[in-house]
Amino acid sequence: MEDNILLQLNNISVVYSDVIQVLKGVSLVVKKGQIVSLLGSNGAGKTTTLKAISGLLKPENGKVTEGNIVYEGHLIQNSAPEQITRLGIIQVLEGRQPFKYLTVEENLRVGTATRWGKPYKKDLELVYHYFQPLVARKNRLAGYCSGGELQMLVMGRALMAHPKLLLLDEPSLGLAPFLVREIFEIVKRINEEQRTTIMLVEQNANMALLIAHYGYVMENGKIVMEDEAKKLRENPDVKEFYLGTAASGVLKSYKEVKSYKRRKRWL
Amino acid sequence: MEFFLQLLIQGLSVGFLYALAALGFVMIFKSSSVLNFAHGELLAIGAFIFLVFSVRLNLPIPIAFLFTLAGTFAMGFVIERLFLRPLIGEALIEVIMLTVGLAAMFKGLLLVIFGGNLFNYPDFLPKALTIEWGAITIPPVYVASFIIGIIFLSIFGFFFKYSSQGIYMRSVADNQPAALSLGVHVRRVFAMSWAIAALVCALSGIILGIMNGINVHDISIMGLKVFPVVILGGLESIGGAIIGGLIIGLLETFTGGYLSTSLKEVIPYVVLVFILLVKPYGLFGLVEIERV
Amino acid sequence: MRRLRFHPCGNFKERYEEELTIFTTDFGRFWLLVGLLILFVVIPFLSKPYLLYVINHIGMAAIAAIGLNILIGYTGQISLGHGAFFGVGAYAAAILGTAGGFPFWLSVIAAGVITAWVGMLFGIPSVRLKHLYLTIATLAGQFILQYLFVQWESLTKGPEGIMLPRATLFGVDVKGDRAFYYVIFVSFVILTWIAVNLVRTRYGRAFIAIRDNDRAAEGMGIPIFRYKLLSFAISSFYAGFAGGLSAYYIGSITPEPYTLFLSVEYIAMIIIGGLGSIPGSVFGAIFITLLNELLSHATEFFMNIGALTKIALTIAPLREFVFGLAIVFFIIFEPKGLAEVWRIIKSSFKLWPFSY
Repeated sequence: MEDNILLQLNNISVVYSDVIQVLKGVSLVVKKGQIVSLLGSNGAGKTTTLKAISGLLKPENGKVTEGNIVYEGHLIQNSAPEQITRLGIIQVLEGRQPFKYLTVEENLRVGTATRWGKPYKKDLELVYHYFQPLVARKNRLAGYCSGGELQMLVMGRALMAHPKLLLLDEPSLGLAPFLVREIFEIVKRINEEQRTTIMLVEQNANMALLIAHYGYVMENGKIVMEDEAKKLRENPDVKEFYLGTAASGVLKSYKEVKSYKRRKRWL
Repeated sequence: MEFFLQLLIQGLSVGFLYALAALGFVMIFKSSSVLNFAHGELLAIGAFIFLVFSVRLNLPIPIAFLFTLAGTFAMGFVIERLFLRPLIGEALIEVIMLTVGLAAMFKGLLLVIFGGNLFNYPDFLPKALTIEWGAITIPPVYVASFIIGIIFLSIFGFFFKYSSQGIYMRSVADNQPAALSLGVHVRRVFAMSWAIAALVCALSGIILGIMNGINVHDISIMGLKVFPVVILGGLESIGGAIIGGLIIGLLETFTGGYLSTSLKEVIPYVVLVFILLVKPYGLFGLVEIERV
Repeated sequence: MRRLRFHPCGNFKERYEEELTIFTTDFGRFWLLVGLLILFVVIPFLSKPYLLYVINHIGMAAIAAIGLNILIGYTGQISLGHGAFFGVGAYAAAILGTAGGFPFWLSVIAAGVITAWVGMLFGIPSVRLKHLYLTIATLAGQFILQYLFVQWESLTKGPEGIMLPRATLFGVDVKGDRAFYYVIFVSFVILTWIAVNLVRTRYGRAFIAIRDNDRAAEGMGIPIFRYKLLSFAISSFYAGFAGGLSAYYIGSITPEPYTLFLSVEYIAMIIIGGLGSIPGSVFGAIFITLLNELLSHATEFFMNIGALTKIALTIAPLREFVFGLAIVFFIIFEPKGLAEVWRIIKSSFKLWPFSY
């Protein structure tokens, strides 16, 4: 195995409640220090993949039934989230889940749970350095913050844990385009300055592929395409289905059987 | 007027005791949403453990006190581990009934060991604590309970507001999946909250025992009084529990003093029903947001 | 004659009515007949008076437990006031029977109706409350009713209690355990039949919809408040009816038995029996009543051996302990209750020897 591989998913299947199979043999590799983005339509299994890595399947009655997940030489499939987070994998949940009745700073302090008892003042400064708007909101209840602030808050909270691998689930959800750009820039900076490896699940494929080094495309619980982000952006299929423009730059209609068939081949 | 003042002071101290007793209850509810019907029994267990240490084993009072707190803390852990952990994620009624079953178990056990008699602690409170104010005397028990209560309420206030563990516990109550994703040890938090709650219960149980003597039946009835108190204040609010406790305490003593002693027992529940009809989430409770 | 229907080896139901039938096979009907025969012919003549006494208590408990299961198991409204409602029924029957001069049958039925109204009154908080808050409101109801039993002396005669006149039915004296056995179990069969059918009607389905998701139920046009009240009323009717019967059966009533502990006992019955299952309520009633009898016998047994009186005195509270243990045990290990155990036993017979 190569040295710079941080995380490896080998052919994993995930089943919810013993009957609903969501992932059907997903394999992917995340290299140290990279941003890897995971694209796909709704229900493709992106979030489930992240949860399988972070161990959050368990409370939802899901289970990795086949394959294994290797992280720095540890087998971590089906481990408890408490253990996985202590190995340095932190997931930022979809849809911004703040602790509504805690202040912003208290929210950030929850991020120290994996390193309980260690000093955290410096980390707070670091988070405030990346997410300037949070400083002014420090002592306000998180429930009263705006969407953009909350997204910064939950990402900052995850940073407090000194993650080696940060799993971001749709950070752009419901944010204004301007904010999306800002958030993605910060993600990029964190990756470059903190050497944090990031796995990014996104609907906004355009933005995601701009900052990512490598990309995977999922459909129906399978990886259907993978390549370097640059090449993926040039790929005509990805362009058409995820970036919203066809090769010629004009939207194609469903009448064109050729592209329909091409898509079908994936599924 | 003197009678009124005497009642006022008595009502406030009883209310304060209710508040203290309700504290443990609120703590469990806040972190794990369990409505604990075995609360009165936890109070009684605390009171009896202190009795064993202080009278039967004849330990010095401060040491007995510390041992009791440590013992009940450990017991809280064990209770959570044995009985509540298997039920995480089960339906509400099952959890409620489990605590009802626990209540019966504990009560039976206490009765088997100690019987239904009335016990008393040795009189260890210094007479100097008595406050005399004109014609009104406040017995040392009330003063002591007030002091101990204030001390512990502020300790817990600080704990939840500023300590990391306290913040983790609040985060679990607030948003469990998010807490899990950040590596908060949710199960440990549940266990912690039971342990702390058992400790607080022991504390209130001891004070209760100093005031009225210790009797299994009386104390377990006390445990049910906690319901009007916490509902009045809203189930999630510690501050609300204090105010609710004071209101119920005053209401009870004044009803007992001016109307009738039998009405005293039921008046909190009558008030409770009316409050629930007007404000379904209590005076300070969080309004639950629900969607289909 | 049409062909006998046996258990199919799969789900071959084609029409909605088939899904709704109570007995899927003719064997079911046959066994029901056998059961009724045993219930009404064999048991009353083979049992000793003491055994009949216990069975009568099981019958009354079962009626009340079925009522509570309609409220908790089907409608999902947790009530801690069932014991008090049982008491309301007992008091209503006693007062109507003595001061009102009502005949036995009328006062028992009237007791059910009165309790239904009282139940609705205490169900009113369910307009705005649910879950925990409603549970606590019914707890308050329990205490308020308990207070009234003792303190409303002009009506209830306070702690002294009321002696009831002897029950007569159609001019015949109902006395002794066997006569009461028939009264209790005829009512039991009728009320069970009503309950089993009730849960298949639109009312029953509305109850279940409210239990599963009251907001969604409301969205589908079920007036949830009216149905919640109806559920409270039906459940209290069962409790009141059983209470009235028990008042006549015992012959005198005092406020002591109708405490919170009785409410807890009823909840224990339906949890141990199985929530949302009519047969489960009956199993639960049998289990709890037998457990109670067994425990009090154990106490008595040790009491009678002179040297062991001291042990007996310490055993008495063990009753509560064992009781609690049984509840805890069932909730942790078989949360679906005895009804589920029964289903497993039945299906393993059915499927034997090919259990998969």
